[in-house]
Amino acid sequence: MAANTSETMTINMGPQHPSTHGVLQLILELDGEIVQKATPHIGFLHRGIEKLSEHRTYHQIIPLTDRLDYLAPMSNNLGYVLAVEKLLGITDEIPERVQRIRVIMTELTRLKSHLVWLACHALDIGAMTVFLYCFRERESITDIYEKVSGARMTSNYFRVGGLAEDFPAGLEGEIRTFAESIPAHVEEYEGLLTGNRIWQKRTIGVGKISAEAAIDIGITGPALRASGVDWDLRRDNPYSGYEDYSFEVPVRTGCDTFDRYKVRLDEMRQSALIVLQALDKLKPGPILADCPKVVLPDKEDVYNNIEGLIHHFKIVTEGFKPEIGEIYQGIEAPKGELGFYLVSDGTNHPFRMKIRPPSFVNLQGLPQMVEGKLLADVIAVIGTLDIVLGEIDR
Amino acid sequence: MVMTPEVLTLSQTPWLFTGVMLVKIAVAFVVTLLIVAYATWAERKIIGRMQTRMGPTMTGPKGLLQPIADGLKLFFKEDIIPAQAHYFAFILAPMMILAPAFISIAVIPFGGNIHFTYDGTLYAVPMQITDLNIGVLFIMAMAGLGVYGIVLAGLASNSKYALLGGIRATAQMISYELAVGLSIIAIFMLSETLSLRGIVAAQQLPLWGIESLSFIPNWYVFCQPLAFGLFVVGSMAEINRTPFDLPEAETELVSGFCTEYSAMKYALFFMAEYANMITVSAVATTLFLGGWGGPFFGWMNFLIKVFGFMFFFIRIRATFPRLRYDQLMFLGWKIMLPLALANVVLSGIAILLW
Repeated sequence: MAANTSETMTINMGPQHPSTHGVLQLILELDGEIVQKATPHIGFLHRGIEKLSEHRTYHQIIPLTDRLDYLAPMSNNLGYVLAVEKLLGITDEIPERVQRIRVIMTELTRLKSHLVWLACHALDIGAMTVFLYCFRERESITDIYEKVSGARMTSNYFRVGGLAEDFPAGLEGEIRTFAESIPAHVEEYEGLLTGNRIWQKRTIGVGKISAEAAIDIGITGPALRASGVDWDLRRDNPYSGYEDYSFEVPVRTGCDTFDRYKVRLDEMRQSALIVLQALDKLKPGPILADCPKVVLPDKEDVYNNIEGLIHHFKIVTEGFKPEIGEIYQGIEAPKGELGFYLVSDGTNHPFRMKIRPPSFVNLQGLPQMVEGKLLADVIAVIGTLDIVLGEIDR
Repeated sequence: MVMTPEVLTLSQTPWLFTGVMLVKIAVAFVVTLLIVAYATWAERKIIGRMQTRMGPTMTGPKGLLQPIADGLKLFFKEDIIPAQAHYFAFILAPMMILAPAFISIAVIPFGGNIHFTYDGTLYAVPMQITDLNIGVLFIMAMAGLGVYGIVLAGLASNSKYALLGGIRATAQMISYELAVGLSIIAIFMLSETLSLRGIVAAQQLPLWGIESLSFIPNWYVFCQPLAFGLFVVGSMAEINRTPFDLPEAETELVSGFCTEYSAMKYALFFMAEYANMITVSAVATTLFLGGWGGPFFGWMNFLIKVFGFMFFFIRIRATFPRLRYDQLMFLGWKIMLPLALANVVLSGIAILLW
């Protein structure tokens, strides 16, 4: 307090604050209610996931990735398993059914993440009802999660070379019904917010960031697309068979909170479309690649003959050993480009794993988006950046 | 035998007068307290239904005992006074905000006269605690006094969030009190009295004094719709309801001016919020919707209208986001104040012409 001049007040927003989305701490320099300077402090949720990975076999790291962006666990799973598959050079051997299911689940994950984003963003700005509407739909997705993986949040569903389990019977119909209901639900949210004068006043022109500034910082995802940059890894650098689906990449040029809101809502509609297309193309087939060195053998083999048992034992205890080398694999996660950089030294665990979390990079835009603006805009901007501290601190 | 009822006065029958007065105060106070308690229940139930959830269900049938459970819980919680807070002001603030909210009820008429016979004489008792000849001014004064409680809470807590909340409250309430005050001026230009009873009586006449329209009462909402709108919006801002709940703005200022309050002191703020909501609804009913006039018994009409207003406030809370500080000031000073002034001028011209 003594360090304060009479002109400004320093205020600690967070880490115990209802709307810093976890444990973000912002040191705000306030002149009245105008923010002179905003300094994000991170690290309250640091669990050393990158370091832990260096001591685990490649398969044991998958559950750790669930805890990065805990609102979109399957996207993290996908980014990681794609990276390992690329390191092993088995990308082309992934069966079609696996690729389709991965797309279905990651697009549902995008919906899940965007629903939580919209819920919290609206609640931060004061619209309480949208919060509960969004969580109602999110509940259906967590139910689907539970049916495929057994867990509602930390799914741990994808495996290197395939999936943990196939879809249970009847789930495809449930997913289809849900995906078909999404456009109507998005209309409902729009009905509550888009035309609302107060919502428009709170979001239009708030938290502006130009395309150049966004690219300089490295902002990706909806925040970049709302600044007029047409960039989506699903289309521009397809993975997991995204080139088979026709979808639009919503781009807007307002650079502000309102346009980021519209972009994300449009993305939700597109995600539902992708899910439906993938369901149409989904055919029965194997759910593990034909790579005996990487994937676990059939349970039949394990129980009935000694070779199968030894094979299983070796993979579970030792894992597999990729060639010496390093790769980078980026995917379009709900919040932006999620990248995994893996270095292999030929052993059964990575020599180094570097994660490029979208939230961490996007958060860097916050100071220039809020400085000179009002305290209430800080809340709107934290919401619109859609940050998750789990992947910022890792 | 037809008797003209005699008005009860202090000088003629002091004991009877005092007794009747105490009964009236007790009834008004208890009823208000009950409405405060059950307004919280109703709000949670109504908003719950609007948000596809149930609201309270566990305490009693349909959660009806929830307000009592909440009250008991808050009553027994530890009452924390921050070490750096100003002790006296910190304790005074919640009382300063609750008392004016309840006092305003004293001048609001909630029905016509009650007649009763005592000692062979027929007495008429107005269903109103006291009919001040400056009732409207009294309400404005009490509303103004309520601001001090919030400001004091913000300053005494010695917390930055509370301070910001207090500052917001000061600016907001002063700005909107002007618009609300000016919108009421148009009313007593028409009624030519400041007594709330007089204003209600004036609204029982046929609409615009035209006999053929006698089936519609002369409620001031019909001749002063703009003033009515300004009054309702301004009142929402004055009592910190969404979308004007900036002083407590949970997602921005944690809890604003009451961040540091706990236990019963917090409950007092909470009660004051609902008591203010009742007061504002009652004043709006009295000034614009003909008070106790209507098809049922006087007090029933009055309560129905008050509940209507409260439902409106609750509904707004479920659907609207929060305004930003500068937008709130813009709305108050650059839109509502000029409109209120224009309304006064136009009403003046209209009254001169007709």
